[in-house]
Amino acid sequence: MRILVCVKQVPDPNTVVYQIDPGTKRLVRDGVTNVLDPGAEVALEAALQLAERDGESTVTVVAMGPEDAEDAIRRALAMGAHDGALITDDALAGSDALGTAKALAAAIGQIGFDIIFCATESTDGYSGMVPGMVAELLGIPHLSFIRSLEVRDGVLTGQRVIALGYQTVQCPLPLLVAIASGSHEARYPALKGIMAAKRKKVEEYTLADLDLDPDDAGEAGARERVLELLPVEERQAGVIVEDNGDGAARIAELLRQRGVL
Amino acid sequence: MGAVWVYSEIYAGRPAPVALELISKAAELGEATAILLGRDAAGAASVAGEYGAARAIVDARADYDEHLAPAAVPTLAALVRERQPALLLFATTYDSRDVASRLATRLDRGVVTNATGIEADGDGFRILTPWGANTIAVCELTGPGTRIVLVRPKAFTAVNSGGACAVEQFAGPLDAATTAIRVVETVEETTQGPLLSDSKIVVAGGRGLGNADNFGLVEELADALGGAVGASRAVVDAGWRPYGEQIGQTGVTVKPDVYIACGISGAIQHLAGMKGAKTIIAINKDPEAPIFRSADLGIVGDALTVLPQLIAEVRRG
Amino acid sequence: MLDFYAVDSLLGPEQRAIRATVREFVDAEIVPNVRGWWDRHEFPGAIKERYGALGLFGANLPEEYGCAGVDDIAYGLINYELERGDSGLRSFASVQGALVMYPIYAYGSEEQRRRYLPELAAGRLIGCFGLTESEGGSDPGAMRTRARRDGDGWVLNGAKMWITNSPIADLAVVWAKDDEGIVRGFVVPTDTPGFGAPTIESKMSLRASCTGEIVLQDCRVGPEALLPRSGGLKSPLGCLTQARYGIAWGALGALEAVYTCARDYAATRTTFGKPIAGRQLVQDKLVRMLTDHSLGLLMAHQLGTLKGAGRMTFAQVSMAKRNNVRVALNGARAAREILGGNGITTEYPVIRHMLNLETVDTYEGTHDIHTLIVGREITGLGALE
Repeated sequence: MRILVCVKQVPDPNTVVYQIDPGTKRLVRDGVTNVLDPGAEVALEAALQLAERDGESTVTVVAMGPEDAEDAIRRALAMGAHDGALITDDALAGSDALGTAKALAAAIGQIGFDIIFCATESTDGYSGMVPGMVAELLGIPHLSFIRSLEVRDGVLTGQRVIALGYQTVQCPLPLLVAIASGSHEARYPALKGIMAAKRKKVEEYTLADLDLDPDDAGEAGARERVLELLPVEERQAGVIVEDNGDGAARIAELLRQRGVL
Repeated sequence: MGAVWVYSEIYAGRPAPVALELISKAAELGEATAILLGRDAAGAASVAGEYGAARAIVDARADYDEHLAPAAVPTLAALVRERQPALLLFATTYDSRDVASRLATRLDRGVVTNATGIEADGDGFRILTPWGANTIAVCELTGPGTRIVLVRPKAFTAVNSGGACAVEQFAGPLDAATTAIRVVETVEETTQGPLLSDSKIVVAGGRGLGNADNFGLVEELADALGGAVGASRAVVDAGWRPYGEQIGQTGVTVKPDVYIACGISGAIQHLAGMKGAKTIIAINKDPEAPIFRSADLGIVGDALTVLPQLIAEVRRG
Repeated sequence: MLDFYAVDSLLGPEQRAIRATVREFVDAEIVPNVRGWWDRHEFPGAIKERYGALGLFGANLPEEYGCAGVDDIAYGLINYELERGDSGLRSFASVQGALVMYPIYAYGSEEQRRRYLPELAAGRLIGCFGLTESEGGSDPGAMRTRARRDGDGWVLNGAKMWITNSPIADLAVVWAKDDEGIVRGFVVPTDTPGFGAPTIESKMSLRASCTGEIVLQDCRVGPEALLPRSGGLKSPLGCLTQARYGIAWGALGALEAVYTCARDYAATRTTFGKPIAGRQLVQDKLVRMLTDHSLGLLMAHQLGTLKGAGRMTFAQVSMAKRNNVRVALNGARAAREILGGNGITTEYPVIRHMLNLETVDTYEGTHDIHTLIVGREITGLGALE
């Protein structure tokens, strides 16, 4: 099987408080630590496990981003992906979800695939739009929020998480699956993997390579325009006290005041 | 102002609670139309009317129930192309996201997601959506045609004004890309107690509890208070708790009277799902934990020490 | 990584990725658990498979022997991150890599390399290194352990002391004088009759690591046990150079841990209405720690550059080991002071690192011995002889 995994580089959610640049009205990505999106790592893990069970599959990671997004691809290669594709073009900066999806779908169409993995949503944008958009552009079904899956005789069987439990779903390939965060524990890239990743191939694609116009993607193509930025209303500061054995009593007192007790 | 449509998920024969919130909001913005697809669509339409819908477009074929939500995409695309509503609202749920993302692509339209506010502005709309840790972006969608916006649950209030709506039957098309998926079975992993999203009291736990077993204290307290159990994304990711309990940007949005956060640091993603609570109580060992900035009462201490004492206090009444 | 002087900007992408992977591993699997291991004086046996899976053992040795083949700076960064977790758990990897795998690679036959290195790299075999004896570690040339020729094999007699990993090891690299008085290395499986490895109990340092003795009583080994290219004291000393290089990096990891803890503690601990971080005496301590860390890191990085180019000298390694361990130890003591009473409990990592570093300051050449090595180098006059 030819397995594709869409990945993204994001500011490290564990160390970076996401800020918006008032000038560009975009997420501040300069001067922050960027990492392979933890959600994408989980999707990649699911893909690698499928490839390992199957034994004859290749896993290609696809990312769109600035040139240094190659670091995220290298990490994915170090985890075990076979090769990578980076869509990078200055004209892509400021893409909205549909612009991103158009670029990804164009590259994926050129590379070819049997199954596409992605995260249910990115950690920085969390719109959750890109998986469905890519699938729609490629004319294939997509399954969101998948926590486990198996492929047999060209048919995927998986568990899709729903509010009160899960659904078992089936769909013939080709298709796109968006993997639920936390459903798989992403492996650490082992040192040998990191060293091997150095020798793996990362193909670069520009807008021209993908036959896309600047009107399709990037800021020029974006339909979502930020008019202004407003500060979030802060809640009024409450009472913060150290627990000296009376913490529970203080909570109980407040619950009584609120009529809960 | 033109027509404002709401794609209304149906749950237990009625528009889902969030759909009713959107219908009431749509009625404020213009002429509200509920799009109801599936077996129970006709019954749901009358409820939509009570909450402010002037019209309901109904396609009561079971195909929509037998397939996953994206089966609605061709129907919606046909309707939007034909009638060009000014605004089409979806809830930020997994099913609606799946529908909206494909529909926007098919119509080549932009979308705004995670909206928490919408204001009419001339021909267009000002859409409010939280961005980053401390900013709300006011956005517009440019270009011609229908604006597609996904709204966070509990951003608006459902108002039962007791009205009724005109019902129009519509038979939409179906297509292969959205009906190739077969649902083999649906399994409920039951949770006890009140439904998290509607509970007046929510007790939620995070990493600070140390391990999955200690989560029993959160359950005990929730049980003693008659509330629901919630969890941070970190502990859901770690497999301690099921997805249905996840509160935050991803997961359930709650707006209870009392929210008790136990060992939750309060990442921005978590706050997005609970900061609408009337009273927030936080227990955390780390005095710097961001949750304290939102708390009405913060106890700097170990939840494992405080919870057993609190459970005892509550049981005493 | 604590990096006031942007040493990160000197690193290549693989070096950064390697550091990140080890750092994540340490944060996820060592930091949350090490206090318990240390308190219970327990070596976490399951960690050997984890190290093996990640490729941490002998990571700088070639890929053809199942190793990761990383460069010297990446190797240093691995040691740094492991010791940020715990000196004992860094020592565990150092011994396996620099003192067991390295001599087999450097002095062993091709057959020995192929037989042992992949198993050691994967953590399926654990090794130890027997050089030091109880009469004193600073003068290895005075060793009493003997290897007597016996047919085509050897009979080993003697005792080794302060041997990291010996009670849990599958094999030992033992150094002994042959009939001509030449120091030779032997790879001895620990189940060989006559081989014993009692545990040293009640350590107040490196408590998450296992230390023992090696007792050799008419321990008979075949000709295949000899490391054929070993000969003379320079062979074991060559191993120590590898280990000291790793320690020069590792100690700075411990310094990062204690500095970070002290800084964070000082920022939240209030006395007389103000966080103690705002007090001049506390700032003085923190600035010294951070300056020492920055200088040490720059020295370690340059040492790695020299090592990679084959230009690193024995005295340079001594200077870096001597300096970086001592500044880490001093930093740990200062951090302990900043934490006040909390500094003496293992609830905070400071006293654990402080007590660990007492050992690191002593082993692989004491602070004083390294002073004399560098002193001899710059004056031409040996104070050691």
